[in-house]
Amino acid sequence: MFTGSDVANALRDAQFTHVVWIPDSTLGTWEAAFTSDPALRLVRVSREGEAFGVAAGLMIGGQRPAVILQCTGLFEAGDALRNVVHDLKLPLFMMVGVRGWLAHLKGATNDTCPRFVEPIMQAWQVPYQWLGENATAKDVHAALKTYRQHPQPLALLIAE
Amino acid sequence: MMTLDEALAVVARHRQNHLVVATMAAVGAWPAFSDTHRDFAYMPSSMGQAPSLALGLAMSKPGQGVIVLNGDGSMLMNLGVLATLSQYTLPIYLIVMDNGLYEVTGGQPTAGAGRVDFAALAKAAGFPRVYHFLERTDWEAKAAEALSGPGPVLITLAIEPRLGQKTPRPPRPMEDQIQRLRSVLQS
Repeated sequence: MFTGSDVANALRDAQFTHVVWIPDSTLGTWEAAFTSDPALRLVRVSREGEAFGVAAGLMIGGQRPAVILQCTGLFEAGDALRNVVHDLKLPLFMMVGVRGWLAHLKGATNDTCPRFVEPIMQAWQVPYQWLGENATAKDVHAALKTYRQHPQPLALLIAE
Repeated sequence: MMTLDEALAVVARHRQNHLVVATMAAVGAWPAFSDTHRDFAYMPSSMGQAPSLALGLAMSKPGQGVIVLNGDGSMLMNLGVLATLSQYTLPIYLIVMDNGLYEVTGGQPTAGAGRVDFAALAKAAGFPRVYHFLERTDWEAKAAEALSGPGPVLITLAIEPRLGQKTPRPPRPMEDQIQRLRSVLQS
């Protein structure tokens, strides 16, 4: 598995400038890596829809933000996501913590959150890739490098 | 109270070099006062997200002032942004034009119309400066001060409600809006 430092390093190497986020219990462990990296500015927002609005302003202004949030917040933020990706046509990049995904795969949870993540990403027409249980720092770097070379909307789904 | 046009005329006289992000009813009215590369008609928009977009713009170019022409309905949809904005000392001037109704949907009252004090909410969220103007003359007298200096600043204006308004149209396609704004921000 990869660490917060791996993510921060990959973001920096791909020339990201800002992390706009609301953490969950998994993503939250990455905070120290973001705040200690001088190449990244951490922007804390109050609700997930805001994260997409802030990211849109940053992208229009020539910056390279990454939005990092949990799937529950993603669901709430649908209108903002729709606007940024499909109205403003900006190359939004996000990392989404999918709560309960690993337990869901084993049929070991009643959490409905993981059940709806992929259908919603498909309905909103946002391309996504999984970073699964065995994903490594190399996988994170590769995904971000691909995004950097071909900037278009992309969600990296983090299996939690 | 003042009319929307009266309120915007004061903004136009005192906006200096600031960007102006207009949303909802202001999208239709603001181009009559200014329609330059520094003016962004945020439509189609995401509900309540104009202040969030403004934060991203202000972070992109240090020192660049950004005025947001917001409505009370839009402000209610994203009250959390007050706490978000208050974290940063950036020249963001958030104007809430409070007419107590959703103008573009036919004039239905907003939740808490006439009772919600947006200036007090912003102050409680940590804004260092807030203003509340009931009359145009008072707004005109203080606009130069309110729209300059460190921010964020929240300004509430009491606006006469209008009924029978149509959904406004932006002056040009979004792609062109973004291109124009980028030419300012990345120059």
